[in-house]
Amino acid sequence: MSTTTTNESGTRGRAPAGERVADWADGRLGIYSLAKSNMRKIFPDHWSFMLGEVCLYSFIIIILTGVYLTLFFHPSMNEVVYHGSYVPLQGQLMSEAFNSTVHISFDVRGGLLIRQIHHWAALIFLAGMFVHMMRVFFTGAFRKPREINWLFGFLLFVLGMFTGFTGYSLPDDLLSGTGVRFMEGAILSVPIVGTYLSFFLFGGQFPGGDFVARFYSIHILLLPGIMLGLVVGHLILVFYHKHTQFAGPGKTNNNVVGMPLLPVYMAKAGGFFFLVFGVIAAIAAIATINPIWAMGPYRPDQVSTGAQPDWYMGFSEGLIRVMPGWEINFWGHTLVLGVFIPLVIFPLVLVTIAVYPFIEAWVTGDRREHHILDRPRNAPTRTAFGAAWISWYFVLLIGGGNDLWATHFHLSINAITWFVRVAFFVVPVLVFIATKRICLGLQRRDHDKVLHGRESGIIKRLPHGEFIEVHEPLSQEQLHTLTAHEQYEPAEIGPTVDENGVERKVKGSERLRAKLSNAYYGENNQIPKPTVEEYKEITSGHGHH
Amino acid sequence: MAAFVVLLIALTLSGGLYAAFAPAEKAQADDTAQSLAIEEGKKLYSVGCASCHGTGGEGSHNGPSLVGVGAAAVDFQVGTGRMPAATSQGPQVPRKKNIYSQTQIDQIAGYIASLGAGPTVPTANDYSPDGADIAKGGELFRTNCAQCHNFTGKGGALTHGKFAPSLEGVAPKHIYEAMQTGPQNMPSFPDTTLSQQNKKDIIAYVNAVNGDQTVSPGGLELGGLGPVSEGLFAWIFGLGALIVVAVWVAARTAKAKKS
Repeated sequence: MSTTTTNESGTRGRAPAGERVADWADGRLGIYSLAKSNMRKIFPDHWSFMLGEVCLYSFIIIILTGVYLTLFFHPSMNEVVYHGSYVPLQGQLMSEAFNSTVHISFDVRGGLLIRQIHHWAALIFLAGMFVHMMRVFFTGAFRKPREINWLFGFLLFVLGMFTGFTGYSLPDDLLSGTGVRFMEGAILSVPIVGTYLSFFLFGGQFPGGDFVARFYSIHILLLPGIMLGLVVGHLILVFYHKHTQFAGPGKTNNNVVGMPLLPVYMAKAGGFFFLVFGVIAAIAAIATINPIWAMGPYRPDQVSTGAQPDWYMGFSEGLIRVMPGWEINFWGHTLVLGVFIPLVIFPLVLVTIAVYPFIEAWVTGDRREHHILDRPRNAPTRTAFGAAWISWYFVLLIGGGNDLWATHFHLSINAITWFVRVAFFVVPVLVFIATKRICLGLQRRDHDKVLHGRESGIIKRLPHGEFIEVHEPLSQEQLHTLTAHEQYEPAEIGPTVDENGVERKVKGSERLRAKLSNAYYGENNQIPKPTVEEYKEITSGHGHH
Repeated sequence: MAAFVVLLIALTLSGGLYAAFAPAEKAQADDTAQSLAIEEGKKLYSVGCASCHGTGGEGSHNGPSLVGVGAAAVDFQVGTGRMPAATSQGPQVPRKKNIYSQTQIDQIAGYIASLGAGPTVPTANDYSPDGADIAKGGELFRTNCAQCHNFTGKGGALTHGKFAPSLEGVAPKHIYEAMQTGPQNMPSFPDTTLSQQNKKDIIAYVNAVNGDQTVSPGGLELGGLGPVSEGLFAWIFGLGALIVVAVWVAARTAKAKKS
């Protein structure tokens, strides 16, 4: 190669620097084919497809700022006397963990800002994952082949919750210490093994001298390590499956319409990273988060009102706060149902949404791949289920903040607690019904729009005096978009008698599936979309009306 | 002329009565002023307080007996505007604008104190934050006060609509009196429980973390209420802003050139 290059140097010159670098790298890493197949990878454009990016970037920001914090944080519970620059804590006994966190906040250059970026980014990371997950849910993006990626995302959300929990417990302040005590109480409520588990986790009696060091390893090593692996897997699967897209002209189940990764998406994503970093940094510069100096060091004999966890753990706080304090004494052993039942419901709330895709796949019996997204209205039962789940989650959040609702809206905390107890069972049902009705209403509107066109707002008076509104027919593109979704037929129980006249036993699961399928796709559970014949008959005959 | 005569008779009468009944040795100017203050206080009491607390402070089904509550309780309740309470009260009597002058409050306090011994109004020396140990006050605050009033005295909820009020803008004297007398749902912390110096430390701490001079090093305090307001802020201004940015970026896509 080099000889030919020298020979032809008179006419073509040396290859440009970029090409030489690429050639050098390809010779050692073999990245040419990788780059060739991926540089032109197409991504569709929609703002909601960038929610995942918000999560990814805030995760990166958390890792970067977290590394800075580890340089100054001492994960130790040895007692020291405070002699730093924050006067209201002078001379107080505290753990080294708390001492070093106050030190980071007041005496390390940029320490408080980095701490606040780290914490705000964590709240936004979790909020971003929640919204991203809901986007995937309501558009049906979890369907085959993306079920595993849905589970990856779900695991990231749950691990994010616990990484956050172990993280905000590290400073060993009075607020987070109360949270750790809360967790200890929940562990203790487990029948038979509870006390053993608690002693194992805390290395003896709560709080002991170990848990900060242990949480530290979990927070900076174990959980983020697993999360990083899951994030990589999540992204590889996004690449492998290709991104989903909304229905539209030219978009099929077999293509992706959008912009190439290089240069358009790379530039956009790179720019978006800095926008995300900028917004989070601005928020961290504007507003305090977790002012541990105001809360003071943790001591098991102290507690403050308004002791809540960060928002993503708020629903578990709600579960405990609204649960009646039931207790059973069984042969000298106390079973604290008031804490144990919430502990059991806590994972159930999360698992309910995680397993939904598999339930839907079973009900529809659909084993095909889906790359075109649903509009939420076109899957009324799924949308209603998701809305009901969100309402359930938010009812519990209200329960978790019942004291602040009481003081800020001048209500009785007891009344709020009773409201949440009832709403826990009632609100999801009401939301389910209401959402389903709204979806069907929107389907009817789409049906009308396709057949009769868009309302133009122009009122026409006919010669005999009648007033009519002129409807404008939709464009071909709009008609396609509104009718692109497919509609399932409700599954039926197959013939109960085979060709030989032998009666077959119908399994319970079969009956259940037929029933559910009917609830999804039966009469009145979806509005049949207009057929071509209907459309032709209306548009060809007597004009628009 | 008639008025003059009436006044003369009245003066003679009251003077004579005073000469007849006044304790001979202790009849000093100070006591006179005090008894006059009590007289005035009783009048104010009859107008503003007696309908609920009874004509002699003995209490009724609308208000507790005031015998033995002491001057400090009156100074706190009337000085913070809690008393006289409005007729249609919620679960708890809230702080409101005080309608009495300090002299009038002292007069009512004098009258109530005369009904039975109780805590007296503290002097400025008792509650001034000067010379107090702020950090010690913080420790005492977290041990005794934070479970209802929050870490820095932002207030909190109690049962059935009652609440522990925010300590923002409460005069040091009133904080002292509240600890001493235990108004409404608050337990009282007499000097045997929290010494005078302890109270001083607590007042200094509240003043340091929730006073006019308090600075919030991290920026906006968001109410100082902890993770609930932080979560709301993260959702609305954090994720909200990022979604706005995402919509903006997505709307500004590279368009294929029309050839």
